[in-house]
Amino acid sequence: MKFQHAPAPHLTPPNSVALVMRQVLMALIPATIAHVWFFGPGLLVNMLIACTVALASEAIMLHLRGRPLRKYLGDYSAVLAAVLLAFAVPPLTPWWVTATGVVFAIVFAKHLFGGLGHNPFNPAMAGYVVLLVSFPAQMTAWLPPAIDQIAHVDFSLWQTIAIILSGELPATIGWDAVTSATPLDRVKTGLGLMQTIGEIRQNPLFGDFGGRGWEWLANWFAVGGFWLLYKGVIRWHIPVSMIASLLLIATVAYMLDPGSHASPLFHLFSGATMIGAFFIATDPVSAATTDKGRLIYGAGIGLLTYAIRAWGGYPDGVAFAVLLMNMAVPLIDRLTVPRVYGHES
Amino acid sequence: MLSALLIVTLLAILFGSLLGFAAIRFKPDDDPVVQSIDALLPQTQCGQCGYPGCRPYAKAIAAGNAEINQCPPGGMPTIEALADLLGREVKPLNPENGRESARRVALIDEETCIGCTLCIQACPVDAIVGAAKQMHSVIAKECTGCDLCLPPCPVDCIDMIEPPRDIHDWVWPMPRIDTAVSKTEIPESAAETV
Amino acid sequence: MKSNRRIWPIHGGLNLPPHKSDSTAQAIVQAPVPPELVLPLHQHIGEEAKPCVEVGAHVRRGQLLAKVTSYVAAPVHASSSGRVSAIEDRPIPHPSGLRARCIVIETDGLDESVPGTGLGDFTAIDPVLLRAELRRQGLVGLGGAAFPSAVKLNRLPHHQVRTLILNGAECEPHISCDDMVMRERAEDIITGARIMMYMLAAEECLVAIETDKPEAIEAIDTAIARAQDSRLELVPVPTVYPEGGEKQLIQVLTGREVPADHLSADVGVVCHNVATAAQVKRTIIDGDALTSRIVTVTGGGVAKPRNLDVRLGTPISWLIAQCGGYTDKAERLIMGGPMMGFTLDDDSAPIVKASNCILVAAHDEVHAGGDAMPCIRCGECARACPVKLLPQQLYWFSCADDHDELQSHHLFDCIECGCCAYVCPSRIPLVQFYRASKSRIWQQEQERERAERARERFEERERRLSEQKLARKQRLARRRAALHEKGNGNKVQEAVERARKRRAAMRDEEPPE
Repeated sequence: MKFQHAPAPHLTPPNSVALVMRQVLMALIPATIAHVWFFGPGLLVNMLIACTVALASEAIMLHLRGRPLRKYLGDYSAVLAAVLLAFAVPPLTPWWVTATGVVFAIVFAKHLFGGLGHNPFNPAMAGYVVLLVSFPAQMTAWLPPAIDQIAHVDFSLWQTIAIILSGELPATIGWDAVTSATPLDRVKTGLGLMQTIGEIRQNPLFGDFGGRGWEWLANWFAVGGFWLLYKGVIRWHIPVSMIASLLLIATVAYMLDPGSHASPLFHLFSGATMIGAFFIATDPVSAATTDKGRLIYGAGIGLLTYAIRAWGGYPDGVAFAVLLMNMAVPLIDRLTVPRVYGHES
Repeated sequence: MLSALLIVTLLAILFGSLLGFAAIRFKPDDDPVVQSIDALLPQTQCGQCGYPGCRPYAKAIAAGNAEINQCPPGGMPTIEALADLLGREVKPLNPENGRESARRVALIDEETCIGCTLCIQACPVDAIVGAAKQMHSVIAKECTGCDLCLPPCPVDCIDMIEPPRDIHDWVWPMPRIDTAVSKTEIPESAAETV
Repeated sequence: MKSNRRIWPIHGGLNLPPHKSDSTAQAIVQAPVPPELVLPLHQHIGEEAKPCVEVGAHVRRGQLLAKVTSYVAAPVHASSSGRVSAIEDRPIPHPSGLRARCIVIETDGLDESVPGTGLGDFTAIDPVLLRAELRRQGLVGLGGAAFPSAVKLNRLPHHQVRTLILNGAECEPHISCDDMVMRERAEDIITGARIMMYMLAAEECLVAIETDKPEAIEAIDTAIARAQDSRLELVPVPTVYPEGGEKQLIQVLTGREVPADHLSADVGVVCHNVATAAQVKRTIIDGDALTSRIVTVTGGGVAKPRNLDVRLGTPISWLIAQCGGYTDKAERLIMGGPMMGFTLDDDSAPIVKASNCILVAAHDEVHAGGDAMPCIRCGECARACPVKLLPQQLYWFSCADDHDELQSHHLFDCIECGCCAYVCPSRIPLVQFYRASKSRIWQQEQERERAERARERFEERERRLSEQKLARKQRLARRRAALHEKGNGNKVQEAVERARKRRAAMRDEEPPE
């Protein structure tokens, strides 16, 4: 009788790349619902646009690189990058802006570096930063949360689609009436106008910790993140060290001068801190690989995020912090090689 | 103006002669280079490179008289190693020197051998034992597969065969996956798809 | 007595589905003697044994068939009586699928043995003699590596062996032969342990058993109680793969790591498998050579999974037939377990000293392969690695064939347990890359050595030839000098002159055409 020839181990691995990516996507569902609740259906439309463009550019790049389409399109990595980018852009962003970001993420940040597993930079963040630099107006056109105390305009799904596809609002309304600064933005402008944090927080936009609505979004990102931790899809090192370092430096600054520095909890629940800690910084491809290295990597992102928020030109700094630390990864990995059994360190 | 020109010229002459003196006085002993080249050669001593042995070839390379692509038994790996060592361009094996092939060993057909000792004299590594009018035999373990024993044999009783493969020199095949970024193309026979 | 000794957990490791109950439901079955026994000469780590019987010779069980030629080696004995029908290349259980030299016995069904005489009270015998006896009777480690036991029981002058560890942490799924040996031969194991302690002058013996084997723990506990030897201690250890690796188990029990390039004896520990201990007793007390072993035959591809006491040399196909034959689902024939075992193409290969398990895996029990994706650097492999290597880095270096980096990242410390490949979401056959790279490095090393030897031989020859040339010259010079001394110098000169004249004359007569 003849038998099959195969290398050990023979047991089927319980995990797969597609499963990992699917689980991360699932963990984003609570935050998606919260986002739609507070900011309207724009996110869903952006996701659809981003995923379509991402899959199309992925397919074209795979074809050009002579890689099997079905195998790599089915790994959900392009979809995940697209979804994260959709979260990063404002809900009413014109479709071509989103598409430009996605194409840059997939074509330049991912495939030109060698495709899945070879990109030194987080593709979603690379795409987002390109948009941030190229389309500053569109990238700051955030909406106020749909809460009674705050003036806001409700758009139906069809109106939203029309706005995103045309890039123009219905003739009766102006952009100024629709958009609103994000809490981080408001803090930055306020401090620039010599207001104190206390004065700035008088605005109805602010809630218990961060901005109203925004802080709930952060909560639901955290819930998804905890589920990922529980499932073992991500490990604790990066989220914990990133949040801890951000809290630490924010606390020090807050204690030195509470008037001109937002509270640590504000930093925690504002901007991209939570999605960054659990979904972006934890992208395995562009993060450090050793446990110790991940602690350093996360801490670096936390510190850089605070530095950019407090002293930089942009209201939020997670995307830049992630990309900057991506650059440091080879060095971190080199310096944190663990001691092998039976060897001196 | 004139003084500046003079100074520069003098300086140039001074340093030029210094360098010239250093080049002659502190001329590096080229022996280490020859030795490290020799260490990369397969030591078959076959002479296919056109030199009577590996060391002479190493000397010729070091002196710049020979190319690095003249060693068929070493093949591409040796050429790459030499290029790496000497900082030269990798180039394909010169076909005039022969073709790259797997290691072979000589086998004497003991029925036909007349015991003339000519092959014993030709063997560069003393891998053939025997005496006049006695049957000769190849020590397969020491044979480098240089083919030098073939021409002198008056009765053509020597064959070059592939050394028998047994479990001791079997190697695990490198897996082939379409995602692997391999520097060297692994030949079909030596790899298995998983 | 069961101890509450502190346990040091290993790094990484896996909790795998055990699949052991399939083969432990039934007591060990005595497998009948097959019509033909195929005994490879190389069943152990070390040099191949050298046949010392002729084809046609009649042999009996326990009779020496092939003897050792070096220190690290083990002899081969006949495992039943019959006629040596051939000494030839046959398929053997080896990942290459190549054939190797075997002694084939046509059994006569009488199963006669050479009379074995035990050595009696071992405490009265010099350990050196005990070791010689183990060596003579072909004992090797029965855990799967088949390292000659006598070598590991040699107490070197600079070694102070404090602890003997008996390895009953059979951690790989499906394999249950050690479990069954502990359940059924606990007394033998404990006696064997005491013999080994005596040989090593060890102060204590720890029997490590994973907690998922309560029956074995019970049996060993009882046997230790009956032995009334306070140096023996049963240590239940947590069930985690690959805790049964020698270095891992030493870490679990002592908290110490065996330094790289050192033996476990250098940290005062020697580790043996429980089945080896039982066989030590059988060899020393009963005088038996190693001619049979317990083998787990299991998996979805075999009708009746069980443990059998099998004569060495029994063809696997015949053994499977004793277990109800193959089922329709049989797809992969594996010697060893599902994590580290290797596949066999041909089931005519025999059971050897290292065969602890024959796993006939069904198609739904094994990974078909072919679904590898690029590494996404998730680092799960490094978390799972019990040696704390960086498997994903080794993988890059292996792809790039970068031998220097592979060695500086300690490729050769890899125990090939398969944890990294199992947890890899990209399903990269990581261990296969490491195995291939290891053998490439070995091969290159061998080639380098061969080239070095060729260089030496070439230089030696050159030296000899130039010496000969010089000697000839000197001889000539001496002879010439001798002629001169005798006063014949002129005569020679005259003769040369004469010859020259004659030649010139000949040239004049016969002008060139």
